[in-house]
Amino acid sequence: MGQKYSAWSLLREGFSGHRHWSPAWRDAAPKPSYDVIIIGGGGHGLATAYYLAKNHKITNVAVIERGWIGGGNTGRNTTVVRSNYLYPESARLYDFSLKLYEGLSQDLNFNIMLSQRGVIRLAHSRHDLDGVSRAANAMRMNGIDADVLTRDQVAAMAPVADFSPDAPYPILGGLLQRRAGTARHDAVAWGYARAASALGVDIVQNCEVRGFVQENGAIVGVETSQGRLRADRVGIAAAGHSSAIASLAGFKLPVTSYALQAMVSEPIKPLLDTVLISPGTGTYVSQSDKGEMVIGAGLDLFPSYAQRGSFAVTQTVLGATLAIFPCLSRLQMLRQWAGIVDVVHDSSPIIGPTPVPGLYINCGWGTGGFKAIPVGGWTLAHALATGKNHELAEAFQLERFNTGRLIDEAAASGIAH
Amino acid sequence: MMLIQCPWCGKRDENEFVCGGTTHIARPPSAVTDAVWGAYLFFRENPKGVHLERWRHTWGCGQWFNAARHTVTHEILAVYRMSDPVPDLSAGGAAS
Ligand SMILES: Cc1cc2nc3c(=O)[nH]c(=O)nc-3n(C[C@H](O)[C@H](O)[C@H](O)COP(=O)(O)OP(=O)(O)OC[C@H]3O[C@@H](n4cnc5c(N)ncnc54)[C@H](O)[C@@H]3O)c2cc1C
Ligand SMILES: [Zn+2]
Repeated sequence: MGQKYSAWSLLREGFSGHRHWSPAWRDAAPKPSYDVIIIGGGGHGLATAYYLAKNHKITNVAVIERGWIGGGNTGRNTTVVRSNYLYPESARLYDFSLKLYEGLSQDLNFNIMLSQRGVIRLAHSRHDLDGVSRAANAMRMNGIDADVLTRDQVAAMAPVADFSPDAPYPILGGLLQRRAGTARHDAVAWGYARAASALGVDIVQNCEVRGFVQENGAIVGVETSQGRLRADRVGIAAAGHSSAIASLAGFKLPVTSYALQAMVSEPIKPLLDTVLISPGTGTYVSQSDKGEMVIGAGLDLFPSYAQRGSFAVTQTVLGATLAIFPCLSRLQMLRQWAGIVDVVHDSSPIIGPTPVPGLYINCGWGTGGFKAIPVGGWTLAHALATGKNHELAEAFQLERFNTGRLIDEAAASGIAH
Repeated sequence: MMLIQCPWCGKRDENEFVCGGTTHIARPPSAVTDAVWGAYLFFRENPKGVHLERWRHTWGCGQWFNAARHTVTHEILAVYRMSDPVPDLSAGGAAS
């Protein structure tokens, strides 16, 4: 532990056959009692633990993960990061996250491979063009960078798409956020895990939370597959499994779990150095550093906890991808998978207290919470440490589903991920 | 790909259907608290297991019907009409 990564350490290890690297983080056995327990070792849970230790000096913390860290949606997502949301509350939240991402490799001393290659939302119709202008105006009002691109400007950035006169989905323009891009998902999970572990956080894998211990209604611990662990503050960051955990504590969430799928092709030479999102056809595409074409779909629109993804949707997304990139038609696909995402009615997160005293939650990110890992961890840590909502999270409370003050990004931005 | 038994048309590919979410949700009277109304609109069981849900054979006969479907295996245990009571699933499913 405590080994600092640098060009010098890489050189030194390189000359000694890479035999002396120490493990990046400590795989801990659980202790009987903690100040704070986090349920879920995805990006949000690990980031929460890190910011509890770093920002609030609370280090007697455990992250309890049922499988292995990053094995949920964090390790299954298509890694698009951006902050081009429509409403001011969302823009503030997601841009804070993007700014943390911009400094994260330095902060964590772990290369998260942030690549601000830009994300272009394609417009295929007059209606899409109007939508692009509306979104760009809203973004600028919120102080977020936004460029409206003409057809020729999109063609200059992504000539590989079909710009021929008889293209089935003509590209008429686009919305570009230049600061958006991709980051390495495993590195985000491991970087936070390593930095949290170095500050004293226990990362406990293969440990399932199966119940809560309550006294006078308040949380005083969790029951796990490795025994009872005590803590009077517990945070849930379990994405698609949030409802199951909430039901263990006796309350319901406005969440429906759906499968969201993605797939990658065999690696090919550099072809696309930005991210293209086509909400109209239901596909989005980028190219990984290994050269694979990374293709993401829309939701499988029926409730599911099966991490497979329906072939009906696979067909749709591949059809859409070929309509925009006919040149990919001979490509072999390597892998297809799905993650279970936590969708709420307004596609905005929930970060704050639950009806059970001592129990806090971070969920509702649905199809787009990778970009929000830094801010999700930052704000949940704040709530757990102080008992108060972080100002960025104030609008994103469970209570809004009773008051009706939804932040309806679903209808507004029209883009997933 | 799921094969879904439309009560009118028989077994068809999943592509022909749209899922309408949880079924048997009773609408409360209009003079209720915000919490009751919020629960009605948004809060769901979201079970990891058998889910009673609505489907519509949108690109077929256009009719709505209910299904009992397992959310992990996707097995459809029963298909029944909108006004039918919840079928007895204890025998392990009535799908033909
Ligand atoms: C195919 C796909 C593509 C996506 N693309 C993007 C994208 O491009 N950009 C973007 O911003 N977002 C994207 N997302 C969404 C993003 O992946 C998620 O919102 C985000 O990773 C959620 O992080 P998390 O830490 O909350 O959840 P997860 O990473 O899922 O972590 C939750 C953890 O909780 C654990 N857990 C569950 N139950 C228990 C229990 N009882 N006890 C202990 N542990 C438990 C799970 O094992 C899991 O590891 C995508 C998602 C998918 C599936
Ligand atoms: Zn029919």
